[in-house]
Amino acid sequence: MTEEAALALEDVGLVHANGQRALQGVTLRVPRGARVAVIGPSGAGKTSLLRIAATALRAGEGRVELLGARPWQLRARPLKALRARIGLIHQAPPIPPRLRVITAVLAGRLGAWSGARALASLLVPTDIAGAQAVLARLDLSDRLFDRCDRLSGGQLQRVGMARVLYQAPELLLADEPVSALDPALADLAVGELIAQSRATGATLVASLHAVDLALKWFDRIVGLRAGVVVFDAPAAAVSRTMLQELYATEGSALPTQAPGFVLEERPSPAPPVICR
Amino acid sequence: MNAAPPPSASRDPLARRRLGALLLALIVLWPMLVIAEFKPQALLAPGSLRVMGGFLAGFLPPALSADFLGLLAHATLQTLAMATAGTALAFVLAVPLAFAATRSLSISRIGPGPGRWRGLAMRTAARGVLTVLRAIPELVWALLLVRAFGLGPGAGVLALAITYGGMLGKVYSEILESGDTRPARALLEAGSGRVAALFYGLLPGAAQELASYTVYRWECAVRASVVMGFVGAGGLGQLMDQSMKMLNGGEACSILIVFLLLVLMADALSAVLRRWLA
Repeated sequence: MTEEAALALEDVGLVHANGQRALQGVTLRVPRGARVAVIGPSGAGKTSLLRIAATALRAGEGRVELLGARPWQLRARPLKALRARIGLIHQAPPIPPRLRVITAVLAGRLGAWSGARALASLLVPTDIAGAQAVLARLDLSDRLFDRCDRLSGGQLQRVGMARVLYQAPELLLADEPVSALDPALADLAVGELIAQSRATGATLVASLHAVDLALKWFDRIVGLRAGVVVFDAPAAAVSRTMLQELYATEGSALPTQAPGFVLEERPSPAPPVICR
Repeated sequence: MNAAPPPSASRDPLARRRLGALLLALIVLWPMLVIAEFKPQALLAPGSLRVMGGFLAGFLPPALSADFLGLLAHATLQTLAMATAGTALAFVLAVPLAFAATRSLSISRIGPGPGRWRGLAMRTAARGVLTVLRAIPELVWALLLVRAFGLGPGAGVLALAITYGGMLGKVYSEILESGDTRPARALLEAGSGRVAALFYGLLPGAAQELASYTVYRWECAVRASVVMGFVGAGGLGQLMDQSMKMLNGGEACSILIVFLLLVLMADALSAVLRRWLA
């Protein structure tokens, strides 16, 4: 290893408690500030991969290094500090329905705030402007003081995203962050993730269902299938054949979010580069 | 058995089976009633009917003399104070223990990570303390503590605090574990502390149920403090004990009416709290 990577997985494998294998021999190295999309059919292990990167799951095999630290060798306090620097956008936002939008967003900084500040902010929100700004980026600023159970599924998903943007983590992870959004909003939301990475230098790893979004916004694409990395290439080098093999679709449509997406078969300028 | 009559469409073919199940339940229940020495025929024996009839007739009219109403008001206040102070102390005892015992607020269970054995030991210890606290009935504590505090509500307060602290703590942690625990877990995974995860992740979903259970326990504490009054812990129970011993049914009746009003009040309070938290 030459320089410190934001995320370094080496031969990582994971078997769930029910005996089902989720990942096998996954090796992935994401330098700081890079933006990587993980695509693959449903059940490929995308969520497991992201949860391992978020220190929510402990891989049974291999070596995991996050922001230069090996999380499971840390003691409790440094591990907590490391977790505050990593943010995961969940596919189903884990937000209690009774919480107000502002509280749900401000909760992003709980890892950085003292307990006293966290409790005080429940009585009087400490950073209304900060929450407002982050919601405005996702076209939600008018719902600041609404309760989360008054929101639609797509709005709630954006609140979950706003929480992690407000956290401003160094390693920004997103698990199907736009699955409940319409194509225009999905494009806006992914664009905001990219903008956040550009503005703060955060490393971005996102799993996406829509291939067109991944190819449009990300520099590098990782194809995951049945827990194994099938390809790992710059977006420009991803060909239609690679995608069809990934999704095992013979001639039928690839999963995209906007209709009419066509990826023409292009002669690969160079063999797909495997970045390690 | 003779030939069964042809099944007629107007009869439920399952009725016979249901009757059988009912009879079986009665056969199982009967020995329990015998062991519990439950003899309902004693209620109907002419001797007991006459005695009880006389006793109940003595309940009417309720005693309403100014002297007695003054005593009753004082005793009600004492009972309410005992139940409220006891429940408040129980709450203070229960909250930290429940916080320590709740699995869904454990950071070390994620992974599992560092300190998992210590965390498990802490949770088990907290659970053990809660069990010990509630294992001994408040009446026994009251009997014991009356010897230390002397006659009066002081002993009852502490007795309630100990037993109810154990009950509240156990149920609090079970409520916190039974709801949707993903919000709290997601916060812990993002580096939040346990207290913050409790307030931002668990309480929004559980506050209503926690408040309702606490008020219900307060209602139980009112009843329990009456019972403890019989062993000298003051309040309505002590007054009831005196009235019953003097066979003064009218006074007993007034006291029972106050019980009814207290329970109705607890119900209304619980409803208001639940609406406020909704």
